[in-house]
Amino acid sequence: MNQERVQRRGGSADQVYKGVLAAAAALVFVFVALIVYEVARGAELSIRTIGWKFLVQTEWDPVADKYGALPYIYGTLVSSLLALLMAVPLGIGSAVFLAEIASRRVGSIVSFVMELLAAIPSIVYGIWGFFVLAPWLRTFIEPWLIANLGFLPLFRGFPFGIGMLNAGIILAIMIIPTIVSISREVLLATPATLREASLALGATKAESIGVALDAARPGILGAIILALGRALGETMAVTMVIGNTNRISLSLLDPGATMSSIIANEFTEATGNLYLSALVQIALVLFAVTIVVNALARALVHFATGGRRDAAGAA
Amino acid sequence: MTPAAHAPPAAIAVERAPWEDRTPAHVRIARAIWNRVAIGACVAAAAVVVLPLGLILWHLIAHGLSGLSWEFFVSMPKPVGEAGGGMANAIVGTLIIVGLGAAVALPVGIASGVYLAEYGRGRFAGLVRYTADLLGGVPSIVVGVAAYGLVVLPMGRFSALAGGIALAILMLPTIIRSTEEIVRLVPQSYRQGALALGAPRWRVTQQVVLPAARSGIVTAAMLAVARAAGETAPLLFTALGNRFWSVQLDQPMATLPVFIFDYARAPYDDWNRQAWTGALVLVLLVTVISAVLRLTVRRIQTR
Repeated sequence: MNQERVQRRGGSADQVYKGVLAAAAALVFVFVALIVYEVARGAELSIRTIGWKFLVQTEWDPVADKYGALPYIYGTLVSSLLALLMAVPLGIGSAVFLAEIASRRVGSIVSFVMELLAAIPSIVYGIWGFFVLAPWLRTFIEPWLIANLGFLPLFRGFPFGIGMLNAGIILAIMIIPTIVSISREVLLATPATLREASLALGATKAESIGVALDAARPGILGAIILALGRALGETMAVTMVIGNTNRISLSLLDPGATMSSIIANEFTEATGNLYLSALVQIALVLFAVTIVVNALARALVHFATGGRRDAAGAA
Repeated sequence: MTPAAHAPPAAIAVERAPWEDRTPAHVRIARAIWNRVAIGACVAAAAVVVLPLGLILWHLIAHGLSGLSWEFFVSMPKPVGEAGGGMANAIVGTLIIVGLGAAVALPVGIASGVYLAEYGRGRFAGLVRYTADLLGGVPSIVVGVAAYGLVVLPMGRFSALAGGIALAILMLPTIIRSTEEIVRLVPQSYRQGALALGAPRWRVTQQVVLPAARSGIVTAAMLAVARAAGETAPLLFTALGNRFWSVQLDQPMATLPVFIFDYARAPYDDWNRQAWTGALVLVLLVTVISAVLRLTVRRIQTR
């Protein structure tokens, strides 16, 4: 009753204060709406002129005003999946190490290193991939792959150094911190009784970790999808190491391009309305894909941790 | 009590204790080996994951340090072919554009975060949270495209302002969610105490809760700002870049990330070297900004 009176005393000022804060919060909707509106408006011309064939055509020829986004969609998907292929086992392994095996001291050191990794600007990953990783791939890794695994179409071709493989590795390095930090959190959130029960039944350490992993599966899946969302949208690092050629090649050694890299490369040079609009339409496709992927991931992480862990920490 | 209750059950011939392991030896050995292998693999994975960071930092220092000089910070880029020069305009440009973005994003983001923490129970708050998370997942290049349509097209030219707005949108989600998290950490007893003394709610939030959460908010916000300072993609077609000195907000402006990108792709060794130095400076800037702010906040608090 007392509190009621107190609240009434500050009544109108309270309403104003709360209103101002709520208005600031509502600005988030405005920003998202503006992004959607601007991107949709920019892509309108291209959508009307080219239509859905935009997504399946492979030709990208600004001179002839022909635009097809398939090579870029392909490049985005392949580089991201390649990154997941490397990042998922390593990331989950590290998360298990941090949550279940490492001492607290080692765990905190490795976690700190992960945070550092996440704070490095993507352009820095890009120049590392371009100046360090690419020569290294060109002289050591790729010739070896061609010599020993060249019978697979994946590893045919010429060791360029830059290309799909390089982009996949750089992306993997960039998304591992996301996978590790969320998976670790999810593992720590699983009840200790799971491990205790399995150990009591005679399970080995690895087997009891397996039980915990099983319980953490939805959350870890969410972490992986969130990481996928980051990989799909990553621009600068990929632009520097993928080679930027408009072609679909089965070989991972060949250069390619992604949706984000074509925008980064050509947007400022785009002359002609349709050209610019086609680039904006690529941004629209990328936007839609990442929104869906992220929404899915966040729902999974939220579900798995009972809402304890949200996007703020996940980003 | 009947005597039978004490008698051992004669029917069961206990040869071994029931908890004794009866699995065949080869299964036990296989499990032991698998245990070692699985745990070893996890340790190895952690080692492999830490390795690239070490390599990146090492190369950053090895390649970047040689070009790090006073000149790099105070002089302008030289024309193609002339050696030397610095990135003074890009460093100042980055500070201006990031400052601009922070000036927009910090008040909005912190106010939203405080709203979510103090009043955020309803459906509206849930929607704000979800939207902020979605905004956080939008690729930075898409934000750049939107800022281009929003600011560059109406203005008719690339400008620092457009870059600042793009960065503000990128900072916002992190600031909102981390502010919320930190304000929530302020003990409930602070609020109850102040309310009991007769303070209205807005004063409780403004004068009790916020000062208590201040250092945490600043730290988290600075992390968001520092991360935005490293963004390149949204600046490519908003602030564009500029080889000359400019501090005008309605003109194209040089920024460190875009400079690094351009110099790294250029076919001149000297420019490539400068790209490494620029990258080193950028990483230092990103870490130093947040470290310095953290320290000053702590000092203000202890005073």
